[in-house]
Amino acid sequence: MLVQFFFTLRKYRLPVSLRELLDLINALKKGVIFADIDGFYHLARTIMVKDETHFDRFDKAFSDYFSGIADIDLLESLKQQHNLPEDWLRKEFEKHLSDEEKAQLKAMGGLDELMKTLKARLEEQQKRHAGGNKWVGTGGTSPFGAYGYNPEGVRIGQNGNRNRQAVKVWDKREYRNLDSDREIGSRTIKLALKKLRKFARTGASDILDLNETIRATAKQGGMLDVKMAPERHNAVKVLMLFDIGGSMDDYIHTCEELFSAAHSEFKHLEFYYFHNCLYEHVWQDNQRRHSNVIDTMSLLNKFTSDYKVIFVGDATMGPYEIAYPGGSVEHYNEEPGSVWLQRVTHHFDKVAWLNPQPVTHWPYYQSIDFIKQLMNNRMYPLTLDGISKAIKELS
Amino acid sequence: MHFTSTENYIATEALKQAVNAAIMLEKPLLIKGEPGTGKTMLAQELANSLDTELIQWHIKSTTKAQQGLYEYDAVSRLRDSQLGDERVHNIGNYIVKGKLWQAFNYAELNGKRPVLLIDEIDKADIEFPNDLLLELDKMEFHVYETNERVVAKERPIVIITSNNEKELPDAFLRRCFFHYIDFPSTDEMQQIIDVHYPDVKQELVRQALDVFFNLRDANGLKKKPSTSELLDWLKLLMAEDIDAKTLHDKSQKGGLMPMFGALLKNEQDISLIEKLALMSR
Repeated sequence: MLVQFFFTLRKYRLPVSLRELLDLINALKKGVIFADIDGFYHLARTIMVKDETHFDRFDKAFSDYFSGIADIDLLESLKQQHNLPEDWLRKEFEKHLSDEEKAQLKAMGGLDELMKTLKARLEEQQKRHAGGNKWVGTGGTSPFGAYGYNPEGVRIGQNGNRNRQAVKVWDKREYRNLDSDREIGSRTIKLALKKLRKFARTGASDILDLNETIRATAKQGGMLDVKMAPERHNAVKVLMLFDIGGSMDDYIHTCEELFSAAHSEFKHLEFYYFHNCLYEHVWQDNQRRHSNVIDTMSLLNKFTSDYKVIFVGDATMGPYEIAYPGGSVEHYNEEPGSVWLQRVTHHFDKVAWLNPQPVTHWPYYQSIDFIKQLMNNRMYPLTLDGISKAIKELS
Repeated sequence: MHFTSTENYIATEALKQAVNAAIMLEKPLLIKGEPGTGKTMLAQELANSLDTELIQWHIKSTTKAQQGLYEYDAVSRLRDSQLGDERVHNIGNYIVKGKLWQAFNYAELNGKRPVLLIDEIDKADIEFPNDLLLELDKMEFHVYETNERVVAKERPIVIITSNNEKELPDAFLRRCFFHYIDFPSTDEMQQIIDVHYPDVKQELVRQALDVFFNLRDANGLKKKPSTSELLDWLKLLMAEDIDAKTLHDKSQKGGLMPMFGALLKNEQDISLIEKLALMSR
């Protein structure tokens, strides 16, 4: 039985090995838990999962295995399949039904039947709906939607379980925020950025290693043997360039989280802002961006080539903004943005671009492809995995 | 040997399960979680509840795996040889036992499995966990100077904590069980406070929890206050005899909560909260 469970976990890309499976079987044999599904859930998680970023995948796998229902988060999958707008299901009014009415609604076929009907219903229905008893919406008595009452209903996008039926602990998916494929939050980003914080010993050996000297001297029976050690310091220097304003406004909050997380991680961290594409000027204070600008050229002179450069921007703009002189939407630029980007990639050894747009949207924008080429393909999505990849490339 | 919540420590079902599995299967248990959620406390309370000794090994950035096994004190031996001490002929006199050795031997001498805490393993060098693979897996190691093999007859209960500063290698993780301590909910927090300060007034606790969880919800804090900070803060409130009403008035009128120093640990956070309070006024 557990073999199938094991392969279900593998199917959900959990890195489990035979060793963990044997441990789990051993635990069951020793009677750590007995006939207790919640206990089994905690036990299996303790043994099989070694990283909290995998908890969410484990919850999904567990639910898949023990209920056979693949879609826990119906809203997410519906949104993807049918492009349901979020506010369409927003809670608008709530409705309290009498017991009699509840009884009338009692049976409408099994789950499969419901799902089939729901799909058909969604295809028929074109707009937002609330109340009533057929269409998908909020507060009604149709089996679909949130905040209403139907004992066999399919819950769509409801914040809590209103009728207080027990939700299985793995179905709560409390660890979704920790999943590594998820978009970045300030906690997850710190984790990713810590990868950049590698200590390196560079330069001449210049500190007297007292402990090692004493040990070596003693080993030689008293003959002085001086040992030196190189100084240890954080060798990572980072230059961050943020796209600000215009199409990036949606992402500014994410970017600021990225920035504030990054600021505490390194000693050598410099940050500058630009708008849409890099041109001859950047600025450090967005409030005074028109009065206090800095020449991009002086950036190249100021920072040595071992600085790691990270651009954060959606790279979504007209292709002419990159390719032509005068393409900038704000001012007349004498040289095209592509030239400036090339100067940066030539001067610095390691450059990467983080893009908050989902990867699936990238092919639809010519400018993203263009910038990706200018970055020598080093463009990564602004997710935990994306940042990890970027940092691997940078370090 | 079975672990339950103690007089001073509230453990969730999942945590109990994880600890008991680790005890029964004799595997090290890796504990992660936000700072201040009671990772180190767990080991202490576990030792108390099992009525056995806690052997603590605190890891620093300079700690080497070898130091946990044993150290060869060459300097003493050199001094003894120059003073003509007889002890110098036996190299065994200069082998200093490390924490792991103590833990491996403890059961044999005392008839009880001890709890070994390896605290903040992520502080050490990146190779540190790899150097302990065999020792934690087989619970044995070899002393080269005396050609002796140290084997744990009964395995110690090993608790390892990490703050996620470095990633741990896969081979190491495979040998451990893992538990992530979630931040407690309001109810659990109430239980924790009841355990620590049984005589604190209910009204004050309710008010303080309100302020505390509001503070945790504030966006952009560098360090969110955690359980241990809350407990310190309550202690201060009680020591200063601040009542629930004062606390309530303060938070309503805007301005910082009394004794904020216990909750907010850096000046950026303090000024942020001050600004927020001013705005809400």
